[in-house]
Amino acid sequence: MISRIEIRSRVFDARAEVRKRKFLDSGFAGKLKDIYIVDVYTLEKKLSPIQLNKIASMFCNPVTQEVSILDPKSKRKSKDNKFSWAIEIGYLPGVTDNIAATAKESIVDLLKVKFLPKEGVYTSQITFIDGDLISSDAEQIAESLYNPIIQRCHIKNYQEYIRGNGMDFVVPKVKLSQIPEIVKVNLDVSDGELIKIGKEGIANNDGTRRGPLALSLSFMKAIQTHFKKLGRKPTDIELESIAQTWSEHCKHTIFADPIDEIRQGLFKKYIKGATDEIRKKKSAKGRSASGGDFCVSVFKDNSGAIEFDDDYLITHKVETHNSPSALDPFGGSITGIVGVNRDTIGFGLGAKPVANFYGFCFADHRVDMPLYKGANYTQKMLSSRRIMDGVIEGVNAGGNQSGIPTPSGFVYFDERYRGKPLVFVGTVGLIPKKIKGKSSYTKKARNRDYIVMIGGRVGKDGIHGATFSSEAMDSGSPSTAVQIGDPITQKKLSDAIVKEAREMDLYHSITDNGAGGLSCSVAEMAKESGGCIVDLDKVPLKYPGLEPWEIWVSESQERMTLAIPKKNWKKFEDLMKRRGVEANVIGKFTDSKKCQIYFRGQKIMDLGMDFLHYGLPQRNLTSSYTKAINDEPGFTEEKNLNRQFTEMLSRLNLGSFAFISQQYDHMVQSSLILGPLQGRGRVNAEVTVLKPVLNSNRGIVMSYGLYPSYSDINTYHMAASSIDTAIRNAVSVGVDPNAIALLDNFCWCSSDDPERLGQLKRAAKACYDLSTVFETPFISGKDSMFNDFKGYDRSGKSIKISIPPTLLISSLGVVDDITKVVSLDVKFPGDLVYILGDTYMELGGSEYFSLISEKQRNNSIGNNVPKVNPRKNKKLYTDFYKSIKKQLISSSISINRGGLGIALAKMAIGGELGLDIRLNNLPGLVRRNDFALFSESQGRIVVTVLPKNKNIFEKLMRGNSFALIGKVIKEPKMIIRGLKGGEIINTGLKKIQDAYTSTFKGY
Amino acid sequence: MKPKALVFSGYGLNCEEETKYGFELAGGTADIIHINDLIGGRVKLSDYQILAVPGGFSYGDDTGSGNAYANKLRNHLWQDFLRFIKQDKLIIGICNGFQILVNLGLLPALNKDYGRRTVALMPNDSARYTVRFVDLKVENNKSPWVKGIDTLSIPIAHGEGKFYADKEILRELNKKKLVAFRYFNGQACKYQNFEANPNGSLEDIAGVTDETGRILGLMPHPERALFFTQMPNWPLLANQYRRLGKKIPQEAPGLKIFRNAVNYFQ
Repeated sequence: MISRIEIRSRVFDARAEVRKRKFLDSGFAGKLKDIYIVDVYTLEKKLSPIQLNKIASMFCNPVTQEVSILDPKSKRKSKDNKFSWAIEIGYLPGVTDNIAATAKESIVDLLKVKFLPKEGVYTSQITFIDGDLISSDAEQIAESLYNPIIQRCHIKNYQEYIRGNGMDFVVPKVKLSQIPEIVKVNLDVSDGELIKIGKEGIANNDGTRRGPLALSLSFMKAIQTHFKKLGRKPTDIELESIAQTWSEHCKHTIFADPIDEIRQGLFKKYIKGATDEIRKKKSAKGRSASGGDFCVSVFKDNSGAIEFDDDYLITHKVETHNSPSALDPFGGSITGIVGVNRDTIGFGLGAKPVANFYGFCFADHRVDMPLYKGANYTQKMLSSRRIMDGVIEGVNAGGNQSGIPTPSGFVYFDERYRGKPLVFVGTVGLIPKKIKGKSSYTKKARNRDYIVMIGGRVGKDGIHGATFSSEAMDSGSPSTAVQIGDPITQKKLSDAIVKEAREMDLYHSITDNGAGGLSCSVAEMAKESGGCIVDLDKVPLKYPGLEPWEIWVSESQERMTLAIPKKNWKKFEDLMKRRGVEANVIGKFTDSKKCQIYFRGQKIMDLGMDFLHYGLPQRNLTSSYTKAINDEPGFTEEKNLNRQFTEMLSRLNLGSFAFISQQYDHMVQSSLILGPLQGRGRVNAEVTVLKPVLNSNRGIVMSYGLYPSYSDINTYHMAASSIDTAIRNAVSVGVDPNAIALLDNFCWCSSDDPERLGQLKRAAKACYDLSTVFETPFISGKDSMFNDFKGYDRSGKSIKISIPPTLLISSLGVVDDITKVVSLDVKFPGDLVYILGDTYMELGGSEYFSLISEKQRNNSIGNNVPKVNPRKNKKLYTDFYKSIKKQLISSSISINRGGLGIALAKMAIGGELGLDIRLNNLPGLVRRNDFALFSESQGRIVVTVLPKNKNIFEKLMRGNSFALIGKVIKEPKMIIRGLKGGEIINTGLKKIQDAYTSTFKGY
Repeated sequence: MKPKALVFSGYGLNCEEETKYGFELAGGTADIIHINDLIGGRVKLSDYQILAVPGGFSYGDDTGSGNAYANKLRNHLWQDFLRFIKQDKLIIGICNGFQILVNLGLLPALNKDYGRRTVALMPNDSARYTVRFVDLKVENNKSPWVKGIDTLSIPIAHGEGKFYADKEILRELNKKKLVAFRYFNGQACKYQNFEANPNGSLEDIAGVTDETGRILGLMPHPERALFFTQMPNWPLLANQYRRLGKKIPQEAPGLKIFRNAVNYFQ
């Protein structure tokens, strides 16, 4: 029996109104008259009319809504307003439908009934549109409302709707008819076939392939040899499991393998090598002393951890979710943010997520440039506007619903993110150092511990995610790689673990089920005990009919794996039951040195732990390097720079994105101190300060640095600038430069190309060089090496779009007293304005040259990229920190992208006060006024100081490059006199404000 | 004796820790209790003087914000609630908690008809989740929750906070003085150039009480304005205090609400 419950608003519906406005803006003005929205619950279950009525009145709010209950035979009452088209969007079978899950739970609770496996609840939504629209209009509107990878769409015109008695009764039930079987894969085949298996996957009976294993020939050969030695063929699940464990996503072979003369690989030499060296140096100073070693758990757990105070550690981890976000932006980014939360919950015995971080790299969403994955205009990619909107919304839903503040983040635009956007997501966590007297950050699954999976169930979603993201995106990219997040299921899990089970000392180890699903989490934990036995029949499924290998590698979300001693299981199970969290024993950890899997009583996997984890052959990577030589944008300096100034402020990369900050809850947990929007003018700050412990005034400072545009010139300086910026930003609010930790996220492209590897090697070297001088250890990192798109453009031509090599450096620092941190807005007329640090004519790859080259319609981005002098900057930052401690600084901002001009504008907008600036004694060496304003030289900070404190401040800064360049004025004006004293900027503050907020006005 | 507050948790509520801290800072005690532990009988409502349904995203707002959690309360704890309401005790619903109380029909419960839904919290006019500070003007001075408070600047964070009721209900609310807070253009709005009403609420209503005044529901979050350093303009104010040689304050206005609740029992 199928019933539809349709709910519509009786009063003004903001959702419909906003949707209508969006369509009016996108070309339907004049045609489209009205829109209204109806929410639909489709129930497949035998229910009496009384029961249906009870359900309907539970879902319908009598104050604002009305409801219709329909069955396939019922004549519909004409409640519908006038309309010309009805578009119904629902999910495809098997796609997570959170509302339906809640609806089902509510029905069970209300009626005390049970749902049989074949019964279910499904949701959908009808958008009724009234207007003079032809069918292609309706199709265009429908296309913008749904994503065919995860959703279904059904359009009816008015007549069809009336004739058909409304919309159709659709039950998107998963139907998997095949009987699961274990395939033995013949590896005794040609190299060509091995390559094919590695690239396209194991062949099904019908000749189709299962999707990428991302195993190169050398890997396939190692597997071939191994099984030859064992004298048998691998099963499909064994091969899939190896592929997951050996994937670039999990093993980071490009950073681990020898490259050129660096035998230990880039990670060990330049990243971990730097951290080891810094920790040694810092340890000599003693742990608690300023400048002492504050690292506690680095590069071994799901997040990195440093000391917060005597009682707590803070953790941080940043991930990317690029490929899934390209296919399903909302699903990709929500599972990204909720996924990285699990890296916090999976740190040690479980840290509590206290802050989220986001970073989005998009192509200009205002440009319409269709791309296709397949030839002949097939497999159309979503537009960059859809990608941007969906990604922003995904982090909104994931962060807000999880009750974790999301105060810190950025958006960055470059044309080359059109094929694949970058979606960075990070989470900071808090954990007591000791729990029940034991160290909280060490864990070990023991022999005979139960393997327990908690949280969501397993479905077909997210199969091959790990191997897929290890490759370029093309027409073979699997749609099953997409998952939708369910933040509430995870919130229940997170609360139950972090707030209760952790303190009850019930488990030995815990880790996240992320990439590779159980195959990675169980195999990884099994390293701690020395082996495992898993019974796949015990794994709870979303629907029957999954192949065993699918159960093992599925990346269905919101799951974690724990090691629980038998004696604690009942207690643990009872707690999870009471918290509405599903928990199941799916096997045992052993010390057999084997990873063994059973399915229906049959052993289907029997792999040595050694081979699984360490059997992958090393490759010798070789790199090459060609120095880039770019055109210089030859143009003469203009006398008056008012126009350039406002043009710069309205650049996508410099303007306000308050519309994002304002929709991400940054005040939940009651911890926000500074950011994301500062001052009267609500300027997007690049630094955030939080107070994670309610009864302590210690604070966490989060920031970042990222300069993809410099990669076109020199990746060494790109990385150096990112590091200097991430540190300087933290310093600018008042962090001790000795107390900053860093995280690295490399997002590269075509990493099988020696030139790209050469660029990578230089960036990694800069990480080492800079961090060892600054003594800022890396505590965690991640990489994503193949951010390329291969497909077709609007003329059907085959194209490849590679992202610019992108390195995100995140910084994490601690402040003793949050009441002393400094915001960026100027505060008092009469305060003195100082610039700290030298300005050079370093405009290569700058935002200003981007503006110029866009105007010249060429690619003359210049060559003189900013270069960092870490020793000089370290001294400057250290002395500046002293003046912050003495509370001499009223406002402060780090000079980043866009240069001094942009920094000054943000300070003035923030304070809604004017500035009177003279650049005649600007430290450094600059010969042009526009270069002085927009140079992106690193190591610079602008501050304001009470005139009374002039002498004491200048005395503290002695020995550094700095200069008094002006003062704060009451008149709302920006006046800047140039290098030779002539006025170059004279404009009202309002104009600057308007330019700054113009880019995303109305978003 | 210090009054005891019960702060609900579970199924996506997420402001329970800071809400608990608000009561403690105000001199009370508070326990965070999972709804299932009440349903299972491990904890009794009657052991507490104050009930707080905190903010959050119960059931992810599925089937309407606050609706699913309200249904669960109605299905299992309705009689306990009715008994609690009859006593001289206090209840507060903040943000998602307000949505829950409204769906449960505990607010505004005109003519003490507890259980009837008469007002709604709808999607914001922007149809988007919005986080910012607002200014509230206190109208109802009968409720112990707002005793001695004239205005209040505290933050909101919600996607469905537009207060809606039919004309007759609005008239009743006004007549019986059950509107606790209205949005107005005060300090916080002036500081950051915001419009007073953040979500399109009818008659700028931000919070209401029942006829006893002992049950309060509001969209803004008092527990997010406990410390001076949570105010949006605190860096400016702190500098002003320092220049005058004064110590910076410790508290923010949200604490007053918790203090009122605790003082009610002392």
